[in-house]
Amino acid sequence: MLVALTVATAVAALVLAAWCGWAAYRDEPTKDWHFIGMAVVSLLALVQLVVGIVQLARGEDPEQGTTIFVAYLIGAFACVPAVAFMSLAERTRWGSATVAAGGVVLAVLQVRLYDIWGG
Amino acid sequence: MAVDGKSRRTRLIGGPGILLVWLYGVMVVGAVSRSAVQIATEFDKAPLAYSLSAVAGLVYGFITYSLVRGGERARRAALVCCAAELAGVLIVGTWTLVEPSAFPDATVWSDYGMGYLFIPVLLPVTAMFWLRGARARTAGAERGTAPGRRDPAAEPDA
Repeated sequence: MLVALTVATAVAALVLAAWCGWAAYRDEPTKDWHFIGMAVVSLLALVQLVVGIVQLARGEDPEQGTTIFVAYLIGAFACVPAVAFMSLAERTRWGSATVAAGGVVLAVLQVRLYDIWGG
Repeated sequence: MAVDGKSRRTRLIGGPGILLVWLYGVMVVGAVSRSAVQIATEFDKAPLAYSLSAVAGLVYGFITYSLVRGGERARRAALVCCAAELAGVLIVGTWTLVEPSAFPDATVWSDYGMGYLFIPVLLPVTAMFWLRGARARTAGAERGTAPGRRDPAAEPDA
């Protein structure tokens, strides 16, 4: 796995979490700019999914097993879109708080992905 | 989420409830997929730990379903499951600390859920407070106002 990509996704996820956490703190729902931010983070996760699969196809092996690696890649990709839809359904500060929680979860998944790949 | 046709049911996913649904959803995916992989590939290594993770996943799944479904019966069922979940976290957490040899590998509830940022022990407590309040909110307040946020018109004048 590209370490740079993993780090970039984790940092972007944390920035998104802080941004939406700020919105929740100010009692605001998610707005268009937040959704653009979510799209950027989702795109990073999608690139990561593709890169991960390409590396598997080239015969490289994750340290902790291919199944777990692919499961985490898919989970990381699905994470932010899921909270995006939930914040569309909940147009209050709590929708923003959910996106913030989603960003934190994605950052944790990145750490796990790094471990699973083996550094 | 389709709530319109059945707005008579106590809505459990409004306001802070949506955050609970997300966190429970994450725990469902985490616990179920983890135990599925472990039971399928290395069940003999730590049968007790993996079975407990699977049970935890089922409990989380049921609570998530109850929250999304809404209604008084779902609310009570979720409340019971949260209590069971809390008991499970505390018992298994203590068990793993007192007798680590029984658990060659970790469960979702090992060390009170430390591997999951202690979410397993914090979540049921938060959810129980939320579910307790949900009944009072829908019984008294008008529908249409966001739950979790006070309706100024409903406040009695001081």
